[in-house]
Amino acid sequence: MTERFLYVTYIRTTPEKLWDALLKPEFTRAYWMGVWHDCDWNKGSPWKLMFPDGRVADAGEVVEIEKPKRLVLKWRNEFRPELREEGYSRCVIEIEQAGEVVKLTIIHEIDKPGSKFIEAVSGGWPKILSSLKTLLETGTTLPPSANCREVENKATSG
Amino acid sequence: MSMDSVFRALADPVRRQLLDRLHARNGQTLSELCEGHGMTRQAVTKHLAVLEEANLVVTQRRGREKLHFLNPVPIHEIADRWIGKYERSRLRALAGLKRNLEGKSDD
Repeated sequence: MTERFLYVTYIRTTPEKLWDALLKPEFTRAYWMGVWHDCDWNKGSPWKLMFPDGRVADAGEVVEIEKPKRLVLKWRNEFRPELREEGYSRCVIEIEQAGEVVKLTIIHEIDKPGSKFIEAVSGGWPKILSSLKTLLETGTTLPPSANCREVENKATSG
Repeated sequence: MSMDSVFRALADPVRRQLLDRLHARNGQTLSELCEGHGMTRQAVTKHLAVLEEANLVVTQRRGREKLHFLNPVPIHEIADRWIGKYERSRLRALAGLKRNLEGKSDD
């Protein structure tokens, strides 16, 4: 059985700006708990999500990429052994114009019933998307809050 | 997709129960969501439409089936709007306390 989460948010922006905000380090660092992607964004390329201190948070591969519409990543946690051993998940990011706003859909799934990784992810994405929406619509972000610390603590204690 | 629609959707106990069921198990069909509700399919469909309108429930087609997912993003946006502020000041206070306790200056 596949464990799957689906998240949708509507943002007043353009697909191109949203694409950049999702991929480029100068944006992700601002709203995504300080992390950044280490990737050349070609199909089949290795992908890493990096903590601000240089440790690898998650890693995988670019499965599909179609700027500025669709990105599919093979995604595995790298910093918590019990999550890492669950293996690879699949994350699909879809961007589409919906009238005057842009619809962002994130589908994160793993073929492992009761997955702890998906449970961890399910708490993370809504925070990230909410902060991303604030950044794109107002130009400011909520400063790194407890979210960042939680991740950091888990990183060091896990 | 306004905040009004989110609060309106959450104001009904049956709709909150539907969200609870999706929280317990995400990605259910309409038939699954109708089970044990003592409600007609039509009534559940109507409630789901209100939840979808508020973006609290999103759907995905898998073959012939339409699966319903809990989308917590709008609830998080509400939390960010009012709760985030207090959390930030609490964390600033903790950071200040830590600095004082560790005897470090601001630089």
